[in-house]
Amino acid sequence: MAKQVPDTHNVGADAMNPDGTVNRAALPVVFNPEDLKALEMALRVKDQMPDAKVTVVTMGPPRAAEIVKDARNRGADDGVVLSDMRFAGADTLATSYAISQLVKQLGKVDLIFGGRQAIDGDTAQVGPQVAEKLDIPQVTYAEELLAVTPREITIRRRLEHGTECVKAQLPALVTVTSAAADCRFPNAHRMLRLAKDEVRMVNADSIDADMDRLGLKGSPTKVKKIENVVLAHKESVVLEPTEAALNALSATLIQEHIL
Amino acid sequence: MNFYTDNESLSFYLHHPDMEQVVAVREKNYAEAGQHPEAPASAEEAVNQYDMVMNLVGEIAGDVIAPNAEEVDHEGPKLENGRVQYAPGTRRNLDALIQSGLYGISLERRYNGLNFPRAAVVMAAEIIARADVGFATIWGLTDCADTIQEFGSDELKEKYLPRIWQGATCSMDLTEPDAGSDLQSVRLKATFDEAAGCWRLNGVKRFITNGDADLHLVLARSEEGTNDGRGLSYFVFDKADGGMTVRRIENKMGIKGSPTCELQFTNAPCQLVGERRLGLIKYVMSLMNGARLGVAAQSIGLCEAACREAEAYAASREQFGHAIKQFVAVQDLLDRMRARTDGVRSLMYETARYVDLAASSKPASRIADILTPLVKLNASEYANQCAYDCIQVHGGSGFMKEYACERLYRDARILSIYEGTSQLQVVAAMKGIASGAYLKQIEAYDARVSEALAAAPDAERQKCVEVLRQATALYKRFYELAAGDGTTTERFEHCTRSLTEVLSYIVMGYLLLLDSQRDARFLNSCRYFVREAVGQASRFVAEQENC
Repeated sequence: MAKQVPDTHNVGADAMNPDGTVNRAALPVVFNPEDLKALEMALRVKDQMPDAKVTVVTMGPPRAAEIVKDARNRGADDGVVLSDMRFAGADTLATSYAISQLVKQLGKVDLIFGGRQAIDGDTAQVGPQVAEKLDIPQVTYAEELLAVTPREITIRRRLEHGTECVKAQLPALVTVTSAAADCRFPNAHRMLRLAKDEVRMVNADSIDADMDRLGLKGSPTKVKKIENVVLAHKESVVLEPTEAALNALSATLIQEHIL
Repeated sequence: MNFYTDNESLSFYLHHPDMEQVVAVREKNYAEAGQHPEAPASAEEAVNQYDMVMNLVGEIAGDVIAPNAEEVDHEGPKLENGRVQYAPGTRRNLDALIQSGLYGISLERRYNGLNFPRAAVVMAAEIIARADVGFATIWGLTDCADTIQEFGSDELKEKYLPRIWQGATCSMDLTEPDAGSDLQSVRLKATFDEAAGCWRLNGVKRFITNGDADLHLVLARSEEGTNDGRGLSYFVFDKADGGMTVRRIENKMGIKGSPTCELQFTNAPCQLVGERRLGLIKYVMSLMNGARLGVAAQSIGLCEAACREAEAYAASREQFGHAIKQFVAVQDLLDRMRARTDGVRSLMYETARYVDLAASSKPASRIADILTPLVKLNASEYANQCAYDCIQVHGGSGFMKEYACERLYRDARILSIYEGTSQLQVVAAMKGIASGAYLKQIEAYDARVSEALAAAPDAERQKCVEVLRQATALYKRFYELAAGDGTTTERFEHCTRSLTEVLSYIVMGYLLLLDSQRDARFLNSCRYFVREAVGQASRFVAEQENC
């Protein structure tokens, strides 16, 4: 699972419209960074099991085909874009429903990898919801693929204060964090060979979906207002250069859970 | 960061109108279209392919090679038991390029190459050199494979060329302790071992870039009793066959990530490339012209890096309440750096296109031959000037080790020395000066400019071309004064460097003028060369007339 997202590292002055909405036309788009890491993990499964087939699925406007092409150039076998105006306005519930319906159409799927979250939403909900809808185990916050067999996968996952190694029976879904290995670069030969290959586009009619569960209609999340919160320094404290003053500062920071 | 997409000039030259002809020659009129899944069916498709691949090269240069450059410069390669261990960053760079299929991109498709023309290969070299010139030398040496492809037997090609794509590194083993610029003095011995049915190498090579490479092209004396270039042949040596150890890695002032080695060959088995006795006079000369274009690409990459370092510093450094780029003296430095970079880049892609066209045209081959020393000379000298000026823009901070400009300054220094010093480039240019070949080329540029101006009159460009004509007239006068009555060549030889300089300004002035017709931003840089051409030509004429 992958998503094409606005490139938040290269935001120009015209990124926002005067009314406070995002000016998507002015934003360059990129492969969501954690999804790229997920792709690398999937490709490592394929490295170990050359018969495995990696298929990239994404939902978005037709332009999202770009990330499918990019994924193919990096080693994915195939890709599908779910693209239809009826998906527009989908929140995580509607998105995960659409994607899970598409996955069901793909036949036997052993492993689903996706980024933990997308940089334009930061919800980290789509992966887990897809797992729930498909009724398969999920391993979240994955950092490293430790082992994979036709029956199970072993993953090291990040916890708040450390890591743990878990095994999951296949089929399973794995969400991957930014600490995982970087994705390999595209290969020039693949790039030239696949340049003319079209990307498969799929609409809402092709995934056996309940239309009421798609797009805005299927999304209970309603955005009331978007506010741009800018944190700024308002107060400053001048400390005496003494050990006692430094100890007091440390105590305050610990008390505020900053340290 | 992507070092291709952030530099509009690169795409500009990739889409040069003459590329259509370049592609047609390279693709042998698209003979492989439909036969090979990667072969293009049109110039447009081919240029799109180059664009895609340059995008990838730019990504790896910006995201992998450039961030590693500082660490590689500090750590450098190590010598362990007669073998070179690259710095870890160098290894990461190599791995990224190999995994991406970016080794041997000029090789034919049947050897897993991309069949890219020189105009695209030097662009990749420029992009990589902007990230790290030292690493660009290692990557660029895969050009050695072109010599095998051009002159080797089918057996050699089948044996070695597919290994390039898999990441086999290369070196060009020419220099010896007593044979630097004077390669006719090479003494490393090649003898035919009748029992084993192969040639064997014995002797020492020195200052060998990437000396512990997997595959070596070695210039050696195969003809007993000879002592000039006609006794030298060219061999391919595979490190896996044994017989070669690295005696030392030189401690250099720059390009420290690139291992420069002294090699000892002891009964090392090797295979002859092409015919005996043609090693220096045919094969090395061919390889050398390619290598000179490669050094020009490295130089331009470094110019670009220096321009950007200087521009960024001048924009952020404030003095007297203003960014220092707002001061005319600083802006003047930046403008000169940018102009030189633009001019010599235009000359490099022009030269590369002629190298590509040379495959099917004798006149193009002659033009490639005269432009190659010009671009090597100017690019490498400008790289040094740009690195010098980059430090100047940084002021005292530039003298400190914390800024990249000090590395660029050290890395630049070798560019005007290796693969033929600047002085040798001037010697190489002499023939074209004396024969009038450069003037003929200038006339061709003038005709193209005139044609374009007739179609779309433009007062500013008209003024530029008039001044360039004036500079050309002064150059002719300078040449007459330097040549004198022809009874002695001493004065002419003394003037050759100055003649070459004036020629270079005129040629780059014309090229940028032509470029400015497709993109007006080159007009500023064009004006720099127009001024320099007429200014320097006037000065040299006055010197000859009065002194």
